[in-house]
Amino acid sequence: MDITTAYLTDYLPILLFLLVAAVVCVAAVSLSLLAGINRPDAEKVSQYECGFEPFESARIKFDVRFYLVAILFIIFDLEVAFLFPWAITLKDLGDTSFWSMMLFLGILTVGFIYEWKKGALDWE
Amino acid sequence: MLTAVFYVFASLLVLGALGVIAARNPVHAVLFLIFSFFNAAALFLLTGAEFLAMLLVIVYVGAVAVLFLFVVMMLDVDFAALKKGVSRNLPIGLAIGGLLLAELVAIYSIWPQLSVPQPSLSDPVSGSMTNTEALGHILYDKYLLAFQGSGLILLVAMIGAIVLTLRPKDGRVKRQNIADQVARRPSDAMEIIKVESGKGVDI
Repeated sequence: MDITTAYLTDYLPILLFLLVAAVVCVAAVSLSLLAGINRPDAEKVSQYECGFEPFESARIKFDVRFYLVAILFIIFDLEVAFLFPWAITLKDLGDTSFWSMMLFLGILTVGFIYEWKKGALDWE
Repeated sequence: MLTAVFYVFASLLVLGALGVIAARNPVHAVLFLIFSFFNAAALFLLTGAEFLAMLLVIVYVGAVAVLFLFVVMMLDVDFAALKKGVSRNLPIGLAIGGLLLAELVAIYSIWPQLSVPQPSLSDPVSGSMTNTEALGHILYDKYLLAFQGSGLILLVAMIGAIVLTLRPKDGRVKRQNIADQVARRPSDAMEIIKVESGKGVDI
């Protein structure tokens, strides 16, 4: 069998799971919409927050440091993504590939030391 | 079968993308975007680009979508005011969209005449290797410069993010010093004062 079709059949169970999940979701929502008793009134659909009206919008400004943590996460996420193909082919690769990955990791370690020393990982 | 699966995912992708621009609530728009990312990953899987598909799930769904949610929640943008600009910016958007569409049409029209052999264009899986192994064999020596360039770009992104968002310290960071804690004795921390009745005490 061709490797393309072979690997696609490996994903067949995931496709089946997706179908089952979609059917269950649609069934759960539509059945409760169709069969459930639904009598809304002004009080039932109003916002409820421990018995009093909400003081302010829930959409308040976040601290920008959450964003910094997320960006640093993405960068190291990508670094790890580059490691995957390298790791599974390492036994066939030459010295160039090995040291090029070491250089890549070194460059990112410079950034890592910078952010550590700068205190970007500290939380006040 | 494969064609049917492709059309299911492709149409879901287009519907999700429509949802991104049509949703009134920006958080819903981001959720639609995540849905589109998943469908795009499925399309990558169908073409055999397994590694790209998984990368799309890990990086875009796992990280970029989180960033988008942060931006939506952090910036406190007045979306009603933003919506008023739509008619003003519509020509620019249509021009960019038209340009992308023209590129797609151009590629589609020259696709049969490309000098690259067809199978290697449409089928990233070759021979007995998986897609990820095939990438690993060329990425680290043949495309060494591009690879190191991506490392430098990541470094620049890291330093840029820190420079832009990190505020200078004002000594509010409190660290735990285990040695200090262990060396602490009752006499360092407390003091027993006999208070005579009827008089106060200065601490």
